[in-house]
Amino acid sequence: MKIGVFVCHCGTNIAATVDVERVSQEAAKEPRVKFSTTYRYMCSDPGQNLIKEAVKKHHLDRIVIASCSPSLHEKTFRKCAEKAGVNPYLMEMANIREHCSWVHQDRVEATAKAIELIRLALAKVSRNKPLEYLYIPIEKKVLIIGGGIAGIQSAIDIAFANYPAVILEREPSIGGRMARFDKTFPTLDCAACILTPKMVTVSQSKHVTMHTYSEIEGVKGHVGDFTVTIRKKARSVDINKCTGCGACYNKCPVRVPSEFDMGLGKRTAIYIPFPQAVPNVPVIDRQNCLWFTKQKCGICKKICPFEAIDYDMQDEIIEEKFGAIIVASGFTQFNHAVYGEYGYGKYKDAITGLHFERMANSSGPTGGKIIRPSDGKEARDVVFIQCVGSRDEQKGLSYCSRLCCMYTAKHALLLKEHNKDAQAYVFYIDIRAAGKNYEEFVKKVQDEYGAVYLRGRVSRIFEKSGKLIVRGADTLSGAQIEIKADLVVLATGLVAQPDAPGLARMLHIPYDRNNLFTEAHPKLAPVETITSGVFLTGACQSPKDIPDTVATASAASVKALGLMVQDRLQREPLVAKVDAKTCSGCFACIQACSFTAIEEEEIEDKRLKKKRLIAKVLEGVCTGCGNCTAVCRMSAIDLEGFSNRQIMEEIEAL
Amino acid sequence: MKWFISHDTLRSLFQETLEKDCGEKVSHCYQCGKCSAGCPISFQMDYLPNQIMRMVQLGMEDQVLSSRTIWLCASCLTCTVRCPREIDIAEIMDYLRRRAYKKQVIPLEETEIPLFNKIFLRNIELFGRLYEMGLIGMFNLLSGEFFKDFSCAPKMFLKRKIGIFPHRAKNIREIRDIFKRSGKLAHSKKDRLLHPKLLFLNLFRKFIGKIEKLK
Repeated sequence: MKIGVFVCHCGTNIAATVDVERVSQEAAKEPRVKFSTTYRYMCSDPGQNLIKEAVKKHHLDRIVIASCSPSLHEKTFRKCAEKAGVNPYLMEMANIREHCSWVHQDRVEATAKAIELIRLALAKVSRNKPLEYLYIPIEKKVLIIGGGIAGIQSAIDIAFANYPAVILEREPSIGGRMARFDKTFPTLDCAACILTPKMVTVSQSKHVTMHTYSEIEGVKGHVGDFTVTIRKKARSVDINKCTGCGACYNKCPVRVPSEFDMGLGKRTAIYIPFPQAVPNVPVIDRQNCLWFTKQKCGICKKICPFEAIDYDMQDEIIEEKFGAIIVASGFTQFNHAVYGEYGYGKYKDAITGLHFERMANSSGPTGGKIIRPSDGKEARDVVFIQCVGSRDEQKGLSYCSRLCCMYTAKHALLLKEHNKDAQAYVFYIDIRAAGKNYEEFVKKVQDEYGAVYLRGRVSRIFEKSGKLIVRGADTLSGAQIEIKADLVVLATGLVAQPDAPGLARMLHIPYDRNNLFTEAHPKLAPVETITSGVFLTGACQSPKDIPDTVATASAASVKALGLMVQDRLQREPLVAKVDAKTCSGCFACIQACSFTAIEEEEIEDKRLKKKRLIAKVLEGVCTGCGNCTAVCRMSAIDLEGFSNRQIMEEIEAL
Repeated sequence: MKWFISHDTLRSLFQETLEKDCGEKVSHCYQCGKCSAGCPISFQMDYLPNQIMRMVQLGMEDQVLSSRTIWLCASCLTCTVRCPREIDIAEIMDYLRRRAYKKQVIPLEETEIPLFNKIFLRNIELFGRLYEMGLIGMFNLLSGEFFKDFSCAPKMFLKRKIGIFPHRAKNIREIRDIFKRSGKLAHSKKDRLLHPKLLFLNLFRKFIGKIEKLK
């Protein structure tokens, strides 16, 4: 065994506190060390050449580099070792910068510690085994969970690169929340006008498959090889036969509140949620359809010229394989029922922002008129209350929902545009308009559209002679304020979907206390998760407006495509390994593994002459965290690169 | 401050009228407080300049017009120069003073300021330039403090800071013409220095103050 030690000055980062020359001399005295030297910047090209030449000249077979943290330059030096003809996993780094020079002042003691750290690295490297990179195959297909603007954008980006994408959408049509909006801030583009072309692109792309009215049942496998079970709910309409002529829903006698219109309008029992629905195929709401409730009617089946209606259709469960998953499951509105003082359910004229959005929409239930839902009269004095749910630790959420300031400003503007005589009063705590042209937009609403902004939360709403009396305060002037409003619009915050934790468990991705999915790194890996191959986009990760959602959607697609373009996936071989001889099959490791990287395997035990179950590590999934090695009572699982022997050797060298 | 603002106050057209009449957008104010932060007289004011802006936004006309702040404003323009929303606050204060004067809702303690302004303008109208003796004499007479700053007079007289006779401007006619025209524009009652009721009250108050001092 011939070990070479290379001590880095790191300019003065190390050399100022540690006597690198002495460290090098001391290291050379250690057994098995054949060569030792120092250099100003070991990571630079000349530094790496120095290593390569030393390996060649002294026939070194193991390398110890005393420099910075492995998180910075481990890859650099592994590559360097590989090029020098040494197995990259026979290289160890001794961190004498972050662990030594940066945290100490005393030169003598720091030098002694640096020598000690190098001795540890030497002990470890002497027990290193040459390891080979792992390669795993990749299924060249991406699953996108959620068909809102995030999912649609991801699908478009992936399809553009000629890779197949599958959109999974719970609702009968893709489009998500954005399809319900009237205008978008701050440019006031019509939401449908910018969304529907994208929906059509998706539906016409040969690379995109849509599973609408479908739910995810289970996910198995790992990056490159996910097996996903999908439940395609019975639509009762044959998607292949239906042409979207509309004969069925025009004749349906049932009228129920439309979910798409937030209950402000009516729909039939066989329906498409909105005129631009993609796919333009109706669905039968079995809870309200007369055929399913009373075995009567059946008009739609009689009238359908293409015999597309099938009352006997059953849920279909399919299994598909994917290489990567993009989670775009979106958000839902905060349920403001907890605010009794805002009259939830009591006053019909206290509505949420999404209701207002449907009312302002010219194709909405009121044809673009802002009315009082109670008596249908046009609303004149409209009070908007911001931060309903957001920034309220007692009753709601601890976080700021980010969009409410902007969408309320947009509503105040739309109100004035729809009715010149109307007056908007906005109760706010802070205006958070941090975005391109956002502040200008809010100022425009205040200056040009005359919206009165009052700084304070509303304490109570009550009804008096047909008007809603809003009791609030303006803390800027220190005054209590009372407004006789026709309509009150609550800017409810954004929350995670109620079933987000279930989905997170299925995908093995973490979520925070607000049930929002957690990214791998809040700054440097904002669309990745700690489960490789699963990416996040849109408001399922944190409240996001449309521009941010689209940006993260494209970011997630690029990450997914980065996997797709590879023939096979190279992974570090630092994974757990089971010793079949000693594994007793207790499977404590399966419970300890947070990545479901361990499964049961049946082997033929030659000694016992019978079959038995032992643990098997899925190398593609294992992240090398070491949880399993800690719980294994037989010490049958060992982590490659950090084996028990290596660690013990290190400890003994101390 | 404790107020209650009704819906009618909020809907009043105070802000709109102000913006139309003086051309300054009070609605632009976002209450950063820079005007109050730099105001050299804010320590004497009942409401800070930014509070006045907010009160205008909320339609609180009565409170604004009867505040001392608008009269104490020295028009030093620090607020105007520093306002990030480009509001000429001093101009607004000036407008509010005019409006308060018109409505005769000047607080008792501040009647001297409009009186001084009036006398000053009258002075200019008569002589084209400031006639110090006339100004001081007239002001002391009408404000009821007849011997105010009297001890300074000989010194200033010797140093030629004030003279007995007024200096006249060359084109006094033109100046008078300006006054005539602007007077028409402002619909001011030229012949009245101050509303007689207020003048009387002012003198009465000073008189009471003198008696109380004697006690």
